[in-house]
Amino acid sequence: MSTFWSIWIIVITAGMMVGCLWLLFANARGVPGEVKDHTWDDDLHEYNNPLPRWWLNLFILTIIFAAGYLAFYPGLGNLGGRLGWTQSGELANKLDALTAKRRAAFAALADKDFPALAKDPSAQSLGHAVFLGNCAGCHGADAHGAIGFPNLTDKDWLYGGDPETLVKTIVEGRHGQMPAFGAVLQPDALQALVEFVPFWSDATLDAGRRERGMKQFAITCAACHGADGKGNPLLGAPNLTDNTWLYGGTSKKVRETIVNGRGGQMPAHATLLTPEEIRIVAAYVYGLSNAPASLVTP
Amino acid sequence: MEKKLSTPQYEDSVIRGFALMTVVWGIVGMLVGVFIAAELLWPELNFDIPWITYSRLRPLHTNAVIFAFGGSALFATSYWCVQRTCRAGLFLPWLAKFTFWGWQAVIVSAAITLPLGITQGKEYAELEWPIDVLIAIVWVSYAIVFFGTIAKRTVSHIYVANWFFGAYILAVALLHIVNSAAIPINLFHSYSAYAGATDAMVQWWYGHNAVGFFLTAGFLGMMYYFVPKQAGRPIYSYRLSIVHFWALIAVYMWAGPHHLHYTSLPDWVQSLGMVFSLILLAPSWGGMINGVMTLSGAWHKLREDPILKFLIVSLSFYGMSTFEGPMMSIRTVNALSHYTDWTIGHVHSGALGWVAMISIGSIYALIPKLWGRKEMHSIPAINLHFWLSTIGTVLYIVAMWSAGVMQGLMWRATEADGTLTYSFVESLKATYPFYAVRLAGGLVFFSGMLVMAWNVWRTIAPPQAQAVRITGAEARA
Repeated sequence: MSTFWSIWIIVITAGMMVGCLWLLFANARGVPGEVKDHTWDDDLHEYNNPLPRWWLNLFILTIIFAAGYLAFYPGLGNLGGRLGWTQSGELANKLDALTAKRRAAFAALADKDFPALAKDPSAQSLGHAVFLGNCAGCHGADAHGAIGFPNLTDKDWLYGGDPETLVKTIVEGRHGQMPAFGAVLQPDALQALVEFVPFWSDATLDAGRRERGMKQFAITCAACHGADGKGNPLLGAPNLTDNTWLYGGTSKKVRETIVNGRGGQMPAHATLLTPEEIRIVAAYVYGLSNAPASLVTP
Repeated sequence: MEKKLSTPQYEDSVIRGFALMTVVWGIVGMLVGVFIAAELLWPELNFDIPWITYSRLRPLHTNAVIFAFGGSALFATSYWCVQRTCRAGLFLPWLAKFTFWGWQAVIVSAAITLPLGITQGKEYAELEWPIDVLIAIVWVSYAIVFFGTIAKRTVSHIYVANWFFGAYILAVALLHIVNSAAIPINLFHSYSAYAGATDAMVQWWYGHNAVGFFLTAGFLGMMYYFVPKQAGRPIYSYRLSIVHFWALIAVYMWAGPHHLHYTSLPDWVQSLGMVFSLILLAPSWGGMINGVMTLSGAWHKLREDPILKFLIVSLSFYGMSTFEGPMMSIRTVNALSHYTDWTIGHVHSGALGWVAMISIGSIYALIPKLWGRKEMHSIPAINLHFWLSTIGTVLYIVAMWSAGVMQGLMWRATEADGTLTYSFVESLKATYPFYAVRLAGGLVFFSGMLVMAWNVWRTIAPPQAQAVRITGAEARA
């Protein structure tokens, strides 16, 4: 602000305070019980008692406090105050203190491996906080996932659940791609797959249906999902022989998947999280997957 | 001497209108308040109808209680007081009638446009520009009637209540016209004439002085007339009234920036807002002292006069909230209280405890005089209303204080590693029990207004109509 406006502000601020004090001292004294010689509306009268002493002192104290505060904090135009306080400085200080605490907490865990981190309460609490802030939106606060978003608490992994793979998945993200076969499959070929794939693990499945399905599977699906249907972690192709279904395991859902394809997107977090945070949240997820069932928090 | 004894022709029909509408708008405004308090507890209550969502009804509630209920009470009492204490009839009675119909038109327009979502988005100044223009016209007419009456007064001195009413009328005109300056793009939409931090500063200069002049100076005018009248005692100190009047109106103008602590408003403006809010403590308490001390020597009257109870308890709430306000304006306290329900608690200790209770007391004092009755139909009903108001207010503000402090503490709590302890939703969940207590407090306060409506009706209904009813009842008995 220009010098003129700075001086203007100082002058009217000081003028206000001095004006208040003048008003007080000019009117402070009086005779208790004195009655003013006015009457309104037949019966309204006024005493002219002196100002209550404690009230007068309170008033003066607040003005002294105000003057003192403005000496130490910004307020009088361009004069910044003796403390050099600014709200952006206060924010930076508090943020620095928090960041330092955070760094120390991470540093204390730097030399532990994943199994150790998974048992460490401080690492678990840190990891949980990172998870809630960054992962829970898709995978759920309980990490049980949703349609299209994998459950992270089981041992069924699309790309692998070992420490290195978990970190890689978080850093680089993943793009799972199931092509759409609607245009290339004859109706009877599609029907053969739909009648078989959802029931792969069902031992009572009709032998003829299984044979027709396996035959078509070898032509259309085995390249990615493997001849035995157990999937391929290098491609993120799911195991189809178990009861875990990313997009639903009913005949209707499987037909949808084959006809339209699917695209799964795990975003890359390399620029969203620090390497320490990625390590700690990966260890947290590792812990969810490898904890004894009784220890998995609902 | 002879001049003093002659009574001029007073213009009271417009006051009767405003007094009745005070009760009507009080019921409407508080009912909306109770409903939105219930919506916070049970969000399903909006039934997915946009017109009755919290976001649209909340400004309707604030506008209805401040400008419809409070405004009508101020019009009624200021028109009564200025005529009696000036010994002169209202200047331009037809213009006074226009202020009545004009003000009602403003309120009805607000009640239609706000639920439709037509708003300028400025708190307590939501109404769109055509309504703003009408407000300005009504308000200038009000000023002409009020100051015209002062000018034709037949007593030499201007009574203290009229200083406060006068300051409130002038300041509200200034605040409203400056803050509502906008560029219209059509009948229902406009853009503020100010931008960015300047717009925020103008808005809260307006916003806090709406509190200072509409909700404080105006009601102090009411206090300075009805407390000495009802107590039958002289004002405690003329000298104190001079000092606190000038200090109050001068210092209030500086306090707005405390609404914008830790924002993009420059640091120095925030500091000035804070220190002058603290200096405001004593001038505010000056009014409370002058009112309460006026009763000294007549304390026994509190026992038999529930109207006086309303007036004196309202002054206690006034003293309490004008202590709380300066404390909340301190940077470090504000860092905890800002954006929490503590603010809502603070506002309601002023709105229910001070503004509503002084208005209710004054209207109870005024109604029998306006309709030529000896007193209100039922004094015990006034006493019942007094207790409903007091208990309702206490429930409300204690619930909101507790909720606010809890929210402030939860939002700032961090773990050892620097992450937040609670998510926002957890703080909301923890607030639910307090929302329930707040709703209960609001309901209790609102039920008192229904008692008032019944009592006012029984007081002003034509005597023959009541006689017929009584005979009818006896005949059936």
